[in-house]
Amino acid sequence: MRNKDEYIFECEGIYKAFGGTQALADVELHVKKGEVIALLGENGAGKSTLMKAVIGLHQPDAGTMTFEGKPYSARGPVEAMHAGISMIHQELNPEPHLTIAESIFLKRESTKGIFLDKKAQNKRAQEILDRFGFKHPATTMMRNLTLAQMQMVEIIKAVSCDAKMIIMDEPTSSLDSEETDHLFATIRDLKSKGVSIIYISHRMDEIFEICDSVAVFRDGTYVGARSMDGVTRDELISMMVGRQVKNVFPKTECEIGDVVFKVEGLTGQGFEDISFEVRAGEILGLTGLVGSGRSETMRAIFGLDPLKSGEMWLNGEKITIKSPKDAIKKGVCMVNEDRKDFGLCLFRSLRENISLPNLPARQKGILINQNREKKECEEYAKLLTVKAASIEHNAYSLSGGNQQKVVIAKWIMAGPKLLILDEPTRGVDVGAKSEIHTLMCQFAAKGMAIIMISSELPEVMGMSDRILIYHEGKLNGEVSREEVLSGAATQETILAKEFGGK
Amino acid sequence: MAQKKEGKILGMERDTFRSLMGKYGVSIVMLVLIVVIGIMQPLFLKPSNLINVATQITINGMLAFGMCMAITTGGIDLTVGAQIALGGVMFGICTVKGGMPVVVGVLATVAVTTLFGFINGFLIAKFNMFPFVVTLSMQLVIRGVSLVISGGQGIQMGNDVGNIYYTNVFGMIPLPIIIYLVVFILMYLMFHWTKLGRYILAVGGNPNAALASGVSVFRIKIYAYAISGFLAGIASIILVAKTGNAKANIGEGYETDAVAACVIGGTSFAGGIATMPGVVIGTFIVGFIYNGINMVGIDGNYQSIIRGLVIILTVMMDMAINGKNRK
Repeated sequence: MRNKDEYIFECEGIYKAFGGTQALADVELHVKKGEVIALLGENGAGKSTLMKAVIGLHQPDAGTMTFEGKPYSARGPVEAMHAGISMIHQELNPEPHLTIAESIFLKRESTKGIFLDKKAQNKRAQEILDRFGFKHPATTMMRNLTLAQMQMVEIIKAVSCDAKMIIMDEPTSSLDSEETDHLFATIRDLKSKGVSIIYISHRMDEIFEICDSVAVFRDGTYVGARSMDGVTRDELISMMVGRQVKNVFPKTECEIGDVVFKVEGLTGQGFEDISFEVRAGEILGLTGLVGSGRSETMRAIFGLDPLKSGEMWLNGEKITIKSPKDAIKKGVCMVNEDRKDFGLCLFRSLRENISLPNLPARQKGILINQNREKKECEEYAKLLTVKAASIEHNAYSLSGGNQQKVVIAKWIMAGPKLLILDEPTRGVDVGAKSEIHTLMCQFAAKGMAIIMISSELPEVMGMSDRILIYHEGKLNGEVSREEVLSGAATQETILAKEFGGK
Repeated sequence: MAQKKEGKILGMERDTFRSLMGKYGVSIVMLVLIVVIGIMQPLFLKPSNLINVATQITINGMLAFGMCMAITTGGIDLTVGAQIALGGVMFGICTVKGGMPVVVGVLATVAVTTLFGFINGFLIAKFNMFPFVVTLSMQLVIRGVSLVISGGQGIQMGNDVGNIYYTNVFGMIPLPIIIYLVVFILMYLMFHWTKLGRYILAVGGNPNAALASGVSVFRIKIYAYAISGFLAGIASIILVAKTGNAKANIGEGYETDAVAACVIGGTSFAGGIATMPGVVIGTFIVGFIYNGINMVGIDGNYQSIIRGLVIILTVMMDMAINGKNRK
């Protein structure tokens, strides 16, 4: 017999369907007191759905939950919070116009009669912040904080509500490594105080570093749980995908041709004096800490942000790009870092999303050639292995990995000479990630020049022919594939350059 | 524990039922409305009455198409009522005071309302102001302009103008219905078959993604409001042809019915979701409610209440059925 008291939260036999899709089927989860448990699974495996059911954002169709030995159910996050369960969402939803104190005490404000007692509230907030060693005063506006700091505020908020279990959904996806270390220190501290953490992440290294046990999900079902002691990476991956993933990076070497795109002395908001070139068939990796100017440079090249100075050449011809429209016309396309914000119209069909930048070339007179549009969109969706019943479905209904493939499909259909991919596999599950990598190699083999930005060093090192390293808005070093393969360049040496070393 | 089975509705799987209702739900509302009013007052179903309704709704129908453009880009055009006044007065000045041929008057009227639509769009797109605020203020300006140019006087229209409304084509179909049909076909093609329509939907659906896909958000917004101004111009001509009188106070409150037709017809206020056939059905529902209330003999004072409630009910029903497919 298992000791029931050992567990703070348990659920069994959870079912949840959305329309015809069975999102969860007979799912269980057992969380011990004071442990950090990882939820692992490909996108769409049901992790987030289960967590949303726990905090009451979804009501399960069937199943039982117990929390602290008592039957538990919540009709919404506020009820869950009162019971002692808080969730920190992947996409933080802070209120930029509030102060830290107001944010922490949102919906449970200190009052004096019917009036807010701001003084007392600020004082209480400051006490809590001090306890966590948080440097900013409680009266700071949320909008002046970095993402990591906002996340910290969310965690502090959860703890200040006496949360006994905190759910973190991809908490490190927008943090750099220093901020991640800070988060981990906080998690360890919480753990020592007996708080249980459910940790959702795609990053295996983090799971090995911070978690005590792991529960694996696949296609809305529960595969099993393991203690982190003695479990191997391959074992977890095969549990997740139900097959053995051997080659993590399917990089194929292909012939590298002439220079396709070249920039000199690019300067703009957040970067200065950037010069580089990229050749046909080459995958150029850009890495650096968040905010080091990688994405900013690429956004300016694509015409989303203005350039202060600098020159660009495409196939030897000098070009200027004033807007994304210019860029697309000239054959420069960019998959943005934030696919929900800059990639997709979520409530339009896959067909309309894929064809959006490609309509001018697919007209018959002034009308869109709908047959051709449909046929080509289907072709490209298939080429990118988008898993959807039909291209007439809304982009909203797809998992993160499939949404990303739709964004890439739209740009491949545009036939770019230079394809810029900003964090192409962020928030994408292992299977889709590998598929996206394979496709990148295929495009490169066809003579496309590719620039890939990534914060994940193994990805940059595994996929790039050449790596440029950013530090505080400037380039701080270049690493070739040979150096990576020979072991002359390692994660450590690259990371050192990201931090400004030589 | 056993998995909960999804119930069947009318012998269909829930999903099939949902998608059918999503497509045809509003049409069913319209049919129910026709049947209910028809039972309460059989005269409602007489062809002559139905043609009468169809002719009357063409005015709101034009406005609703334009309103739908503005709403779909994520905005709203509150100037359409005032545009009717400006268009009507302009039309009167050209044809009556200026003695111009009707065709020239029509062109001048539509040019002026389109210009003001363009100004709306420019202010919204260039300075990134809230469409609600811009058009709320601009309707004062537009109505003011029509007051100034008409000197506050009504203009009695000639018989040649009245012909626009009262001419029957093939001896039975009033001209406004033909105009409405032509505009519908053009709008349908524009919205669903050209890149302009796609861009309008994309700009409303996600302006950042539209921009990053090479769409000029600035231009598309201006086009949307200019189209709304253009259609308001046509609506103003049909209205003064019907009443025979143009004055700066006509068209007051017309924007409400146009918004109602759009919303009933499935246009999402969040932007990015709309269909032209939906707007047509929305327009008909609004028209049937007006006509039905008169025919059934409900005190006219209740009209406004009933209209408001029906709109809220339709939208609630739509959200209950389609909530998951929409935002």
